[in-house]
Amino acid sequence: MPYLDHAATTPMRPEAIEAVTAAMAELGNPSSLHGSGRHARRRVEESREQLAATLGARPSEVVFTGGGTESDNLALKGMFWARRDADPRRRRVIVSAVEHHAVLDAAGWLAAHEGAEITWLEVDDTGLVARAALRDALTDDVALVSVMWANNEVGTVEPVRELAEIAHEYGIPFHTDAVQAVGAVPVDFAASGADALTMTGHKLGGPPGAGALLLRRDATPVPLLHGGGQERDVRSGTVNVPGTVGLAAAAAAAVRDRVDESARLATLRSRLIDGVRAVAPDVIVNGHPDDHLPGIAHLSFPGCEGDSLLMLLDARGIECSTGSACSAGVAQPSHVLIAMGAGADCARSSLRFSLGHTSTEADVDAVVDEIGPVVERARRAGVGTVA
Amino acid sequence: MKVLAAMSGGVDSAVAAARAVDAGHDVTGVHLALSAAPSTLRHGARGCCTLEDANDARRAADVLGIPFYVWDLAERFRADVIDDFVAEYAAGRTPNPCLRCNEKIKFAAVLDRALALGFDAVVTGHHARLSGGTLMRSVDAAKDQSYVLAVLTRSQLAGAIFPLGDSTKTQVRAEAAERGLAVADKPDSHDICFIADGDTRGFLSRRLGEQAGPIVDVTSGEVVGEHAGSFAFTVGQRRGLRLQRPAPGGEPRYVLSIQPKSNTVVVGPGEMLDAGEVVADRPLWTTGEPPGEAFECLVQLRAHGMVTPARVEVLSDRVVAHLHGSQRGVAAGQALVMYDGDVVLGSATISAAHRVAAGT
Repeated sequence: MPYLDHAATTPMRPEAIEAVTAAMAELGNPSSLHGSGRHARRRVEESREQLAATLGARPSEVVFTGGGTESDNLALKGMFWARRDADPRRRRVIVSAVEHHAVLDAAGWLAAHEGAEITWLEVDDTGLVARAALRDALTDDVALVSVMWANNEVGTVEPVRELAEIAHEYGIPFHTDAVQAVGAVPVDFAASGADALTMTGHKLGGPPGAGALLLRRDATPVPLLHGGGQERDVRSGTVNVPGTVGLAAAAAAAVRDRVDESARLATLRSRLIDGVRAVAPDVIVNGHPDDHLPGIAHLSFPGCEGDSLLMLLDARGIECSTGSACSAGVAQPSHVLIAMGAGADCARSSLRFSLGHTSTEADVDAVVDEIGPVVERARRAGVGTVA
Repeated sequence: MKVLAAMSGGVDSAVAAARAVDAGHDVTGVHLALSAAPSTLRHGARGCCTLEDANDARRAADVLGIPFYVWDLAERFRADVIDDFVAEYAAGRTPNPCLRCNEKIKFAAVLDRALALGFDAVVTGHHARLSGGTLMRSVDAAKDQSYVLAVLTRSQLAGAIFPLGDSTKTQVRAEAAERGLAVADKPDSHDICFIADGDTRGFLSRRLGEQAGPIVDVTSGEVVGEHAGSFAFTVGQRRGLRLQRPAPGGEPRYVLSIQPKSNTVVVGPGEMLDAGEVVADRPLWTTGEPPGEAFECLVQLRAHGMVTPARVEVLSDRVVAHLHGSQRGVAAGQALVMYDGDVVLGSATISAAHRVAAGT
């Protein structure tokens, strides 16, 4: 089964399965004071150190969470509340227009319920946030800035280090959602300058439901979850031991293999794009031509509906995505493509093929073999739902 | 065959899809998202349009082991069904949105897209029989939906499969339970799916704005009340008129006609609603041809309405049904469907009803 949807989730790595399985057989709440508790705590702390070393952070900067969405919510809401509490004038949240919904909707919620003002950072037609746009947006009422490290739909990699630097010139904390970036491009928390960084396990071969927010020691967001005071008192709740060990093992393996793997995926991606272009010459490759994730090919097929393409490929056993958010499976035109200046029809006509650590030439060739008739048929079914 | 099963999340469409699988078809399930802003949970007996209904449909597809997708037809549904519904009421007619949805959405937008994508037919859970291009009533007279399908053309019917026509609703529910479909005892949906609270009048006044006008008694010619918009009334309606003056004889009065241009609602005694002759436009014949220039048949003048024997006269762009006996409360905008026994002969849209002596 050709699976080209690794940006949605990717198979668990053997290292992670082994670590999770071993941990599941062990007893102990890491907060307990007895031997079993100490044992579990040791597992968690080893994982924390391993993850910190993998991502250029200090162990005390790793806050384990339930995944990317939770980390994004904790960063956005928690940092907003903390900044507003310290200075009531600081209620502006600056986010890029191409963020994942976990950031977009958290910001939207703050605007709707907490009196936040949002400044959207526009992107160019490759999905890149302009540095000047951030500089212009930094008024004196800003609570925080959030710009993703790499876009989950089109794969564009943002200039996070420069953006964090600009924010810091004005003393504004900077958060980045690096869910798609870790293991795909070099990610070093300390060198990035970010104050908070979201990452999650299941995008890089770890278990679902385990993620982390890397958080500088001087960043003290207001917690979303109150309780036992675990994780620096920022994220209460019994720590998920199997999840954290799996997360750390997977991240370590992904980062260890990154250089070779990203070269391999880049070759596969070119093979995919060249092959598709040979049978569908009018295909449009979205995203930045150079600064992009090695494994994401986001393609628009003019005159086709992404839904139709996906369904026809699925019927042929090829699994990919339209790349856009789903609610009850209804595809909305991608807010990312619209922010990049595409029309609604173009935004609906796209597919995201995303490659990962188990991808092979055969997966790519299967797409190339099937895409011609699929595009032709989808084009006959047309685009748009209003005649 | 490769077929697309339209799955609302209800019991009928789930069993219809299951039967299509059993018949050996290659079945793909599709839920039609008809609302641009669906509610999370279903409330009351209205609807097929919440996320919960979409999930019910998805669970049924899981149980059947068929692929499942959601198609967003909200924009098309708004244009072809909801806006049409409002425009028809504004013009003093009484539309049937289910019929319009079959005509414009299920067996047009969906069928066309399905055919283009390589499917051979669309399967639905309608209670009606279809064999060799002939549309017939369901064996379950109480659940029969042939009336709202009679507007389909021959080519539309050629792309349709109705697996439930030979079963009663009770049988369908029992079969769903046997198959382990969780929707087996889900309540029937009825009323208008896009008016969540069931308040059609409120929905129309939000869309059209309140427009005060007179209610006039047909006998005396006097103004006997006031209304907030003639669109909120339907011919034959008795309740909710809030008339200020009773009729001289004290007998109840009904809406006899709606005159949208003067924004007038005309009321009068019930017997004036008895129509003996019904004119209906743009006839559509199931076989492609009318059975004759004039013929005897049974006519049905509204969904779940009584059938009446009639002689139908075919003119160039309309038909005139001379009812043997009379029917009360025939509303313009509804369909006149002609039957030979259980077999649908054709349909047309009612434009006028006349109170003439029966049998002419």
